[in-house]
Amino acid sequence: MNLFCIGLSHHTANVGTREQFAGNATAKSIARQAGCAEALLLTTCNRVEVYAVSDKRISTDEIARCLIAETNPDPDNYAPPFYRYEDNKCVQHLFRVASGLDSMVVGESEIFGQAKKAYESARTSGAVGPYLHRLFQRAFRVAKQVRTHTDITRGAVSVGSVAVELAQRIFGKLSECKVLVLGAGETSERTTRALVSRGVTDLRVSNRSLDRARELAQAVGGRAVPFDDWTTQCREIDILLTSTASETPLLTSEILAPMLWQRLDRSLFIIDVAVPRDVDPSVNEMEGVYLYDIDSIRSVAEQSLALRRQQVAAAEAIIADHVTEFLDSISRGLNRLSKTTEHSSLGENPLRASEL
Amino acid sequence: MCRIAKFGRQPKITVPVERYFLIASTFCFLVAVVHTVIELRTGVFRPKRFNFLAIGLGFIFQTAFLWIRGQELGRCPITNLFEVFVFLAWSVALVYMLVGPAYRLSLMGAFTAPLVLLLQGFALIAPIDTRHPVTVPANSWLEFHASMSLVAYGVFALACIAGVMYLLQERQLKTHQLHSIFYHLPPLTNLFAAITRLLWWGFALYTVGIVSGFFTGHPLPRIQIVAAIALWLLYAAILQARHLKWLAPKRVAALCIIGFSAALALLWGITFTAELHHLP
Repeated sequence: MNLFCIGLSHHTANVGTREQFAGNATAKSIARQAGCAEALLLTTCNRVEVYAVSDKRISTDEIARCLIAETNPDPDNYAPPFYRYEDNKCVQHLFRVASGLDSMVVGESEIFGQAKKAYESARTSGAVGPYLHRLFQRAFRVAKQVRTHTDITRGAVSVGSVAVELAQRIFGKLSECKVLVLGAGETSERTTRALVSRGVTDLRVSNRSLDRARELAQAVGGRAVPFDDWTTQCREIDILLTSTASETPLLTSEILAPMLWQRLDRSLFIIDVAVPRDVDPSVNEMEGVYLYDIDSIRSVAEQSLALRRQQVAAAEAIIADHVTEFLDSISRGLNRLSKTTEHSSLGENPLRASEL
Repeated sequence: MCRIAKFGRQPKITVPVERYFLIASTFCFLVAVVHTVIELRTGVFRPKRFNFLAIGLGFIFQTAFLWIRGQELGRCPITNLFEVFVFLAWSVALVYMLVGPAYRLSLMGAFTAPLVLLLQGFALIAPIDTRHPVTVPANSWLEFHASMSLVAYGVFALACIAGVMYLLQERQLKTHQLHSIFYHLPPLTNLFAAITRLLWWGFALYTVGIVSGFFTGHPLPRIQIVAAIALWLLYAAILQARHLKWLAPKRVAALCIIGFSAALALLWGITFTAELHHLP
């Protein structure tokens, strides 16, 4: 049996090229057209990959022809940078993909769900047989183990997720936190939604335009607060998210100091995504106040990415162990099969291969 | 009591059997510390069961040591500075095993093991295991007073450790420099809640310990009483300030460290004066 993977990814092709090969074929159609015993198609925004098992060698061009979109103006004229992995390389590649090591953002876990979905789709259509079944089940196991035993998925890498993660590091459960959103821009809306998704319920929105504040408040399930009243809110709130277009800092140590006396036992987390900044940097020096501007949030995101990269070697070691183990189990299965075939004198039965 | 003797040309060296248990226990804590240090050096810290198991095993050996020593003495084994340090280390490990998992402070083990290692390592190395002729007969009130106070010190030690964790987490958040350990530390709010609970528990136990001291029937040195009450007042002041929200959590965390340092100094002083007066 020949196990192989043919595909395009963000490493080798730009989005325009990937588009030409995404969305047209199905695992079943590839198996039928290319003559594969088993096939599975994994399509995400960053990759188009075919995993297949066949008795004879199937060329990369044949698979590419199966994948190419019907809308392609010139289907015969393509030289896309397809890569091809066979046998152990293919197993290793799949394990790396499922674990997020091959992703654009190392350690992202979305690919795990996408791989599961692709597997389910192919299984339902009957394109997946026992070989790919075992391969993908093992890949899911490996991905889980990598996530559990390394810090590859640790740390947030976007503004919204960094803000949420830091808030959780300070307050634990966000459901009891009071949040004030100052300025109703796009970034603050995204960050607010991220906070709401983690359980924030007490949400106040303040903006120079009260109508815009009401609009955002309604969209995220909060209440609008007049812009003139926002400073007094600082006595009660736990998280302040600012993104106004003010040219000068709106919040300074002098404004905040009297309010902090009334809330000595509680922390105040300030996320300032405005440029120029809404909050004077000296505020971070105040006790119990944690100020993060857009640069420090980006710095945290970069630290998270660096931390994830540090974990790659540990993840690769786990994957290498599983690749060896998986190939051993497959070869043991093949040996058993050949012995059974010799003794049973039933001749070559392709169905036997399915017992692998 | 059993003693192991080495025969040969060299003079006979005897090592009490219970000391082997203490060495084994210290080794377990050393393993936990080394394991943590290695993980921190590689930039990856993952609180695993390993630390908890190492501390648990160390605790079993500690208990074996104290039991054998207690059998030998016929009383609670806190008759000299050596025993007091081991008993304190045992209290810290006990409280960690009770509190750590309950408050989901699994990382606390990484901080507990070094403290216990320090206490026991010092007890083993320093020549403080001196046997005094104990002139005072076993007194259940005195033993209750001493052991209760030491368990209270154990709780204060855990509050101190939680304080260190709080300050570490706080520092990382302030400076925006997040180490791998950051992702395994509990949230600041949870740590502060744990500190508060530990302070209350320690304070309650210490109060019981001090009050029971007045029922011993033995005249205690005045300096001991004054120092013990001063420590009690320090913790009472921390708790009162916390209750009235006069202090920021960061200061409470710092005071926990100062309080436990004072408690250790006091313990040393008490044991020193007790040895001078040949008290148990």
